[in-house]
Amino acid sequence: MRVIADLEQPTAGTIRVNGMTPSEARVKRAYGYVFQAPALYPWRTIEKNVALPLEIIGFSDAEKQARIARTLELVNLTGFEKKYPWQLSGGMQQRASIARALAFDADLLLMDEPFGALDEIVRDHLNSELLKLWSATQKTIAFVTHSIPEAVYLSTKIVVMSPRPGRVTDIIDSPLPHERPLEIRETPEFLAIAHRVREGLRAGHSYEV
Amino acid sequence: MQRTLPILVVLLALLVIWYVGAVALNAPVLLDAYARNNTPFAWPEFILDAWNQSRPVLPSPHQVLIEFWNTTVLVAPGSKRSLVYHAWVTLSATLLGFVIGTILGIVLAVLIVHNDASDRSLMPWIIASQTIPIVALAPVFVVVTYNVLTGDNLLSHAFHLTGDTARLVSKALVSTYLSFFPVVVGMVKGFRSPEAIHLDLMHTYNASRPQAFWKLRFPIALPYLFTSMKVAVAASLVGAIVGELPTGAVAGLGARLLGGSYYGQTTQIWSALLAAALLAGLLVVAVDLVERLVIRRMGARPS
Repeated sequence: MRVIADLEQPTAGTIRVNGMTPSEARVKRAYGYVFQAPALYPWRTIEKNVALPLEIIGFSDAEKQARIARTLELVNLTGFEKKYPWQLSGGMQQRASIARALAFDADLLLMDEPFGALDEIVRDHLNSELLKLWSATQKTIAFVTHSIPEAVYLSTKIVVMSPRPGRVTDIIDSPLPHERPLEIRETPEFLAIAHRVREGLRAGHSYEV
Repeated sequence: MQRTLPILVVLLALLVIWYVGAVALNAPVLLDAYARNNTPFAWPEFILDAWNQSRPVLPSPHQVLIEFWNTTVLVAPGSKRSLVYHAWVTLSATLLGFVIGTILGIVLAVLIVHNDASDRSLMPWIIASQTIPIVALAPVFVVVTYNVLTGDNLLSHAFHLTGDTARLVSKALVSTYLSFFPVVVGMVKGFRSPEAIHLDLMHTYNASRPQAFWKLRFPIALPYLFTSMKVAVAASLVGAIVGELPTGAVAGLGARLLGGSYYGQTTQIWSALLAAALLAGLLVVAVDLVERLVIRRMGARPS
C-alpha cells in the first residue's frame, strides 16, 4: 500500500497506478490516502481538516465550500463542520479523514487498515457505510486489513499476502453481489471465501517466529 | 485556598528567614554603635534596632517595601527618582531584545530544521554561545554596538540613531543574545514534532515545503514557542539589566543596582531587585495570557 502511494520505494519490480508510476500518481494527486489513525489536525475544525488538501491543491473558496459540504454529506458528518476533532468519537474522526481523502476527487482511494483501531460495532457500521460510499462514488478502493470477515465483506477482489516477506499467496475474485447487507456474512458463500482466505494466509505463514 | 495556602506558607517561611538573617547580619555594626554610644543592651530594642538601621547590611522586608512604596507611588512616574521610570527604561530594552531574539530564534530553527548543513554547522555554535558568561560579554556588546551606532560609519549613517536610541539598542542586543537560545531549542523541537503520519499525509498531497511548513510544522510548534518565550522573556530582562551594569548607565533597574552598591544603599538595591522580580513575573504572566488566547483560538480542549 505504501509503495502504491509512493511513501516507500519497491525493492524489486515495477508498479503502475492507473498507468502511471507511483510518484507520477502522487504528483497528480491521483489517489486519496486514509491512514490507520485519523491524523486530523487538532487545531483545525472538521471542515478545515477536509479543506486541507483543497488549500494545498489551490481550489477557489466557493469550490472548497461545495466540496466540503458534499464529502461531509457522503460520510454522514453534515452538521459537524465547526467541531474540533476532540469533540468527535473515534469512528467519526475516521469518517472525517475519509471525507478529507475524498474531497479532491481522486480516482483511487487507498485505505490502510482504517478501521483497525475501532471496536467491532463501529467497524461493522463503517463497513456498510463504506460499501454505500463505494456504490455512490464508483471509485476504486484499495483496502488493507487484518480482518478476514472485513476483507470478504468489502471486496470484489481479495489479494491474500503473507507476512515477512510480503508475498501474494492467493488472488480471489469474490462472487458476492454488489448489494451486501451485513447478514451476508452468515451465508455459505461468504464462509467459503473466508475459508479460502484463511487457507491462503496459513500457507504463507511461517510459525517458527 | 488549595493553591494559595502553600504559596503563603512558603512566603511566610521566607519572611521569617529574612528577618532572622537581618538581625544576624546587622548585629556586628549595631553592637559597635552600642559600644560607641554606651547604649545599654536590651533584647527587644536590639532586635527592633537591627530591623530599622538607616544603612543596614541586609535591610529588613518592611524597609524594602517602604523604599519601594516611596519610589513608586509617592514619586511622579517620570522623575529620575521613580522606580517606575527606571523599570520602563529597562522594560523597553527588554521588549525590543525579546522581540528580536524571538524572531532570530525562529529563523535559526527554520534553517536548522530545513537544511542539514545548517543543522550540523549552526547548533554547536548556538550552544557554545550560551556557555560564555554574559557578564563577560555584555560590556563588549554594549560598548561596541553603541560606538558603531553613534560613530562615523555606514551603519550609523543608515539609521541616524540618537544617543538614547543607540543606548537602548545596545542593551537590547544583550537581551537578544540571552533570549534567542531557548526559542531556537524549543522551536527546533517543535518543528520536528509532527508525527510520521502527519508528514506522510502532506507527502501524499504533494505539498511543497512552504505549504508543509505553514500548514503543519508552524501550527504544531506553537505550544513549544510559548513555552520557550516564557523562558526567553525572563532571560531578556536579565540581559537588559546586565547590559546596564558595565557602562555606568544612569537610568534603568541595572543603574539603580549599580548606584545602590556605589553608595552602600542596600535598601535601594533590594527595592530595585523587587521591581525586577515583579517585572519578570508580569512579563511571564503576559506571555502566558497570550498563550491561552492563542491556544483557545486553535480549538484546544478546555482543561
